[in-house]
Amino acid sequence: MTQETKNQAAQAASDRPMIEIIELHKWFGELHVLQGINLTVKRQERIVICGPSGSGKSTLIRCINRLEEHQRGRIIVDGVELTNNVKNIEKIRAEVGMVFQHFNLFPHLTILDNLTLGPIWVRKVPRKKAEETAMYYLEKVHIADQAKKYPGQLSGGQQQRVAIARSLCMNPKIMLFDEPTSALDPEMIKEVLDVMVELAHEGMTMIVVTHEMGFAKSVAHRVLFMDYGRIIEENTPEAFFSNPKHERTKLFLSQILR
Amino acid sequence: MAMEPYPQSAQAEVVKPPPTSVGVLGWIKDNLFNGYFNSLLTIVTLFFLYKIVPPFVRWAFIDSVWCPDCAEACKKAAGACWSIITSNIRFIIFGFYPYAEQWRPLIAMFLLFGLIYYSSKNKNWKKSLIYVWIVGLFVMGVLMKGGLFGLTSVESTKWGGLPLTLLLSVFGLTAAYPLGVILALGRRSKMPGIRWMSILYIELIRGVPLISLLFMSSIIFPLFLPEGVTINKILRAQVAIILFTAAYIAEVVRGGLQGIPKGQYEAAESLGLNYVLTMRLVILPQALKIVIPPTVSILISAFKDTSLVVIIALWDLMKTTQSVLSHPKWMGFSPEAYIFLAILYFLGCFSMSNYSRKLERELSQGEER
Ligand SMILES: Nc1ncnc2c1ncn2[C@@H]1O[C@H](COP(=O)(O)OP(=O)(O)O)[C@@H](O)[C@H]1O
Ligand SMILES: [Mg+2]
Repeated sequence: MTQETKNQAAQAASDRPMIEIIELHKWFGELHVLQGINLTVKRQERIVICGPSGSGKSTLIRCINRLEEHQRGRIIVDGVELTNNVKNIEKIRAEVGMVFQHFNLFPHLTILDNLTLGPIWVRKVPRKKAEETAMYYLEKVHIADQAKKYPGQLSGGQQQRVAIARSLCMNPKIMLFDEPTSALDPEMIKEVLDVMVELAHEGMTMIVVTHEMGFAKSVAHRVLFMDYGRIIEENTPEAFFSNPKHERTKLFLSQILR
Repeated sequence: MAMEPYPQSAQAEVVKPPPTSVGVLGWIKDNLFNGYFNSLLTIVTLFFLYKIVPPFVRWAFIDSVWCPDCAEACKKAAGACWSIITSNIRFIIFGFYPYAEQWRPLIAMFLLFGLIYYSSKNKNWKKSLIYVWIVGLFVMGVLMKGGLFGLTSVESTKWGGLPLTLLLSVFGLTAAYPLGVILALGRRSKMPGIRWMSILYIELIRGVPLISLLFMSSIIFPLFLPEGVTINKILRAQVAIILFTAAYIAEVVRGGLQGIPKGQYEAAESLGLNYVLTMRLVILPQALKIVIPPTVSILISAFKDTSLVVIIALWDLMKTTQSVLSHPKWMGFSPEAYIFLAILYFLGCFSMSNYSRKLERELSQGEER
């Protein structure tokens, strides 16, 4: 391969969208949960998704790492299409970090072991190296002193920061957040959001389902509004909040910004 | 003068607890004589204890005969004839194993106890433990069977007594446990073929008593073997015990698996762990820990059920004891023999349940949710 074609290939890879979702449909039995979603997420782009409960936000981002299977349409993550190919699915899952509303830390493992589990068993990183990486990310989420404890001994905010660090240890290209602060007591929300803001400033590609409008305003490139399984409005945060176009968006914003 | 905030009498009430709620008398009053009904129960219980305990102590210890080969003295004595045990201990424990070679099963048993004790410490739970067991099993096998290193060969038809009971139960239980876990996973599998086979197996096995499985393995199964092929009888009984126990373990483990929240699977999967790793590293460690108490109940009853191999003419501990009792010289001393047997079984069961409680405690250290 000549230098030129190599450069072109590299160029193409970095131009390529990180996530491409085309005409995505999903049903739960009879329930049509996603009704034709189209979404392209560029490298380093940060997207906030909001919308009323039951509108399909969680289902959408869970489709991206195949925690839910879609029935129609295409999802392409960093050039790899999600199909039934198990190897592809495992590959994509290792590249895509996911943070859940209820943290889902492994209660039988220490914080450190929670963080090293993926790197050691999926990435085959030697234990010592994995522990160094884990400590690095624990520092980053300001919680290194808790490494030897078990999840049950930590507060909700601390657990959620550990969960973020656990995803980061896999060195993901994309981070998905499903309402990461909505199970937290108010005084702990900020510590988690702060970590997410830091992550955003480092150029992580992020899709965040949240109703924290302050967060959306300060870090999102785009805000999407979902209702009944569709993206019905999408805009920059400034325009989205100051000048919502759709009636349902207005109603929703008036409810949460009360 | 200092302020006196309370009237003297009120203060006295606060400071002095009611006198009867402390000390031995207080305890007795609170726990044994609180109310007419409980007092009555206490008195009735005390009466029965008085009727039972002193005569038992006299029978078992004071008037009893301990010396070996004292059958005649036993007939005259008013107390227990422990002589039946001391005279026949080697037959009860080792059965028909050649008398001069009985040191071999003895060492094998101590080796087994040592290995079990070593494995019970969770600081020893490393890969090397597997090698320790492989070596240990090999040595035990050689000791029991002989034919190597100048040891005379002893056919397995001569094995009996405690070594046989231990063989059937220790290997029965250790093999049944992983098989049960696999069946439980199979029953929850997304693949219908695997799921239905597991369900069929579990329900079929749970639908028949162990005795009928043992009969099948010893009488019906050999009919299907080609002429001239025989499979060791102990092995067949062993397999029947394993298959039977595994079905029960599977159901208990399934209960544990149901107790693990969906989020644990999702978190593991979203890290890219495959099915096997998800189960092995995340789900099973939690699920198996939850079900330690019911699992141990099953293991304990399986341990006791090994005595059913009597009916297919294996000379386990139960059978050797019974056969001593059928000797004219020792007829009529069955309480002593069965008490001894019960003590041996009790020691086995008690140490299992004790260990399980210790294990539960250790595994949940620092891990309160
Ligand atoms: N596993 C499931 N089985 C059946 N229905 C589901 C399942 N998960 C979600 N749903 C339904 O799909 C719809 C969208 O859910 P979800 O994506 O969780 O919404 P959101 O996250 O926006 O609140 C809801 O009506 C919900 O009840
Ligand atoms: Mg949701």
